[in-house]
Amino acid sequence: MHLSIALRRAAKLILSAFSALAAIFILTLLSPNARPATAGERTGLNQRYLSPIEMALSADGRFLYVLCEASDEVRVVELASGKVVSAVPVGRVPRGIVLSPDGQNIYVTNAWSDTVSVIDAASLRVVRTLSTGFEPTGVVCDRRGETLYVANRLSGDISVIEVSTGKEIKRLLAGRGASYLALSADGKSIYATHIYPNAGASRTQPKSEITVIDVSRQIVVERTPLHNVAGVFHVALSADGKLGVAAQLRPKNLIPLAHVEHGAVFGDSLTLFGSDVGGMIQIPLDELDRYYALPWGVAITPDKSKIFVTTAGSENVTAIDVPKLLAFARTRPKPFANDLSAAGNYVTSRIAVGRNPRGVLLSPDAKRLYVANRLDDNISVIDTTTEKVTALIDLGGPKTTNALRRGEQLFFTADDAFQGQFGCANCHLDATIDGLQWDLEPDGFGKDIVDNRSLENLAGTEPFKWNGGNPDMPTECGPRTEKFFYRSQSYTQQELTDVVTFVYSLPYRPNRYRLPNGELTPAQERGKAIFERTKNKSGKPIPQNNQCAYCHSGPKYTNQQQVDVGTGKSTDRSPVIDVPQLPNVIYSAPYLHDGSARSLEEIWTVFNPKDTHGVSNDLRKEELNDLVEYLKTL
Amino acid sequence: MKINPRICFATLVAFVVVCFATAVSSGQDMPRFRWENFTTANGLPDNHVFCVLVDGNRIWAGTENGLGLYENGAWKAFRPSDGLAHQAVLSLALDKRTGDLWVGTMGGLSRVSAGRIDNFTQLNSGLSNDIVYGVGMQGELLWVATAAGASRFNTRTGQWALFNERNTPMYEIWTYAVSPAEDKVYYAVWGGGVLEYDVETDHWKEYDDPDGETQLVLMKDQGLIHEITTSVSYVDKILWVATYFGASRYDGRYWHNFMKKDSGLPSNFMSQVKAVDGNRAWFSTDKGLAYYDGTNWAVYRPALDTHKPEMLVRDAAGTVKKIAVQTAPAHNYILGVDFQGDDLWVATAKGLSHGIRQHGSTRSSAETAQILTARKSAQKK
Repeated sequence: MHLSIALRRAAKLILSAFSALAAIFILTLLSPNARPATAGERTGLNQRYLSPIEMALSADGRFLYVLCEASDEVRVVELASGKVVSAVPVGRVPRGIVLSPDGQNIYVTNAWSDTVSVIDAASLRVVRTLSTGFEPTGVVCDRRGETLYVANRLSGDISVIEVSTGKEIKRLLAGRGASYLALSADGKSIYATHIYPNAGASRTQPKSEITVIDVSRQIVVERTPLHNVAGVFHVALSADGKLGVAAQLRPKNLIPLAHVEHGAVFGDSLTLFGSDVGGMIQIPLDELDRYYALPWGVAITPDKSKIFVTTAGSENVTAIDVPKLLAFARTRPKPFANDLSAAGNYVTSRIAVGRNPRGVLLSPDAKRLYVANRLDDNISVIDTTTEKVTALIDLGGPKTTNALRRGEQLFFTADDAFQGQFGCANCHLDATIDGLQWDLEPDGFGKDIVDNRSLENLAGTEPFKWNGGNPDMPTECGPRTEKFFYRSQSYTQQELTDVVTFVYSLPYRPNRYRLPNGELTPAQERGKAIFERTKNKSGKPIPQNNQCAYCHSGPKYTNQQQVDVGTGKSTDRSPVIDVPQLPNVIYSAPYLHDGSARSLEEIWTVFNPKDTHGVSNDLRKEELNDLVEYLKTL
Repeated sequence: MKINPRICFATLVAFVVVCFATAVSSGQDMPRFRWENFTTANGLPDNHVFCVLVDGNRIWAGTENGLGLYENGAWKAFRPSDGLAHQAVLSLALDKRTGDLWVGTMGGLSRVSAGRIDNFTQLNSGLSNDIVYGVGMQGELLWVATAAGASRFNTRTGQWALFNERNTPMYEIWTYAVSPAEDKVYYAVWGGGVLEYDVETDHWKEYDDPDGETQLVLMKDQGLIHEITTSVSYVDKILWVATYFGASRYDGRYWHNFMKKDSGLPSNFMSQVKAVDGNRAWFSTDKGLAYYDGTNWAVYRPALDTHKPEMLVRDAAGTVKKIAVQTAPAHNYILGVDFQGDDLWVATAKGLSHGIRQHGSTRSSAETAQILTARKSAQKK
């Protein structure tokens, strides 16, 4: 009896404990301060998704080579059967693929390895690995198969690589965020686009460019300016060489984010260039009550009858009738990039495809269009005549969707915003930055300008926002984003947890300024000593709260405090700024909370006249250079 | 054997005449040009041209009021309103691999790349000073001469390295010109002689005037001619130096100095020297453009008194001959030259000049007759 009572009590206790644990678990899920999945959970959840992003066809047209960004491989699909027949491991985060003209080699850029993998198309093995610039993305090969051109996103240049020797013979200056390349039909020119805008004066319209390379001379011969354009993605040229098309974002970052309902955030558009349009024009893809966010992949049919554009945030492919488009453009001499009634004159259909559609590829006969659905791990096959999806090729990724993947899908979709205008990935392009400064608050023009901050490895850097106003990520991604930015219904608690899980999972990109052995160069060593110094050059102690390493302390180089370092502007509501983390700071120019410092140097040469943001005015120029060299390594 | 004194005398005379004729002939073989001059009247941004650079068929002119580009018969100007760092353009260098142009100005360094201009200043970059007197490319490295020492920019990594009195023998930091080559980099340091950077050893070495900072030349060929250097040109492992008080040539072991009094230089005051090779060089002086072919000298200018076109040739014997010419550079105050094949482009204080090389029958008939007569006479005797 006593035993029974004891057992019952024990069982009750266990039940209570279990209930309590369950309650804690449920509360955790429902709490506004929901935490992301732990590292252990993430490990358990971390299935190997594929994330197909670009494609190429084999020379005989039998195989589709699909570049899988998340699984670091090329999956080979036999088109007749629609089955994956092989997978070729390549470097980290592959982003670009092209075949040699003879079809014998497949070239793949590995963005996080700074290399090109050369795959023998017969044996499907990597036979060579070539060095590139920082974060190689787009790649093309010249008609002779002698030279590779690789767009390097982080170094903002284009590697020119001699195929025979595998040597990078030079780098050509491109724009910031150089990412995508297209070879003209005659093989004489290469066109490059950029996902970040070029550096410009503070509070001016963003500008990007299409960089044009003369293949015979291997130099840049033209930079077509793209006004009021920031992110530019795929670029394609018509077979007759008379029409070029680039997919792009027109941000409206100079006005307060107070008119989402009137489309005052992004314009999803195309730039058309070439003799067909007599120079260059920008055309909208959006409609008055529906947006087609993040235009990304572009293909022009060989007969120039149609243009197909993937809209990565809208799970759509937009089909455009080229003759109608050209006729409409010729009747509209004035710019109409912001005219949301225009698209109806040339868009023939919006073809629903999978999540986060990216690269597109036409079959040689142009009857089929392949679309890489990055976050569904499959390929949509579209009949280009009927403009309908006729097949779906499963690439063999995991069949279940975990929290990370769900969070990633939410991050990249624009469906949660009013009229599908934009998603997290509009500003955080490929989960990075957009190089822009935004007027986010509805407090008047030019007030409280904020620079877009990096999302890399954010755990331990709370609070968020430049004023530290959001104590945690659920607050940052929750009501602020949903209600104010998106003007839409809130995420469910599960969705919010998933988004937070994904954002917290974003790792650091490789730092290219550290020596492989972890040591510092002499200049970096000298810079480190300056960063960590406690006395100025005359031996006088520097107050603790004015030492670099005091505020920028800990593993993320932030003490997570909010301080006034004298960088506030008269247009800021408060001069108190959240101490930003510094890892990979070199990749996130411009600097300061409002992006007013265009370079690391300007933080001190221009914006620290009274030594309130660290003591810097006793430094000689070469010492400041050393400090900058050290900061690049963080 | 009996020696005929008459034959001996005749032989001697013939020898002298042949030598004279050869000398005259050598002088006559000095390059001749037809000069076409550009000023603001035909589109040049400003008449005060500090430097000139040839890029194939494109001519860049750095002037006091903007950078000029001459292409397809027309001038285009770049000024701060177009994005240039400053209107006063002091120096130019071409990255031949990429086609990018580096522009040293009084307000920073500009990079002109297919029409896009990016600026590097002492505030927004690691550049040591905004007064950029000289620029030069060495592969992917840009070497810069500024009013506060030398800077080196790695165009691939974006890293700056500064060189000044603290890490080189540079006792004067006013660097005025730079000439990089594969193995060495030379700096003309205004008031501080010449600095040599050895690429292999990563060491700096200083070359100074053995007479010190005086204008005396006590030991003429025992070192650099003067401390106030304005230009260096390192070609075929031979260093040429221009100063305000003469020029120097250094082969790594021996110095040879040139002054107005013992060479064909029209003046000791020079703004630039530009070598063709180890034996030939062009000198930009305040009294005309001078050319040295290793033996003879030529000077091209508007005559100092009459301002009429003038070409002077000085042979090895020191004989100076005036060649009749119809054209001359825009002004005698020459600030720089660059080569376009056999042609020259010349920056002057009053316009830019294009020297179009004249080949073949450019000698006047009188001159030709004079030479032929001398040769025939020598052969007869």
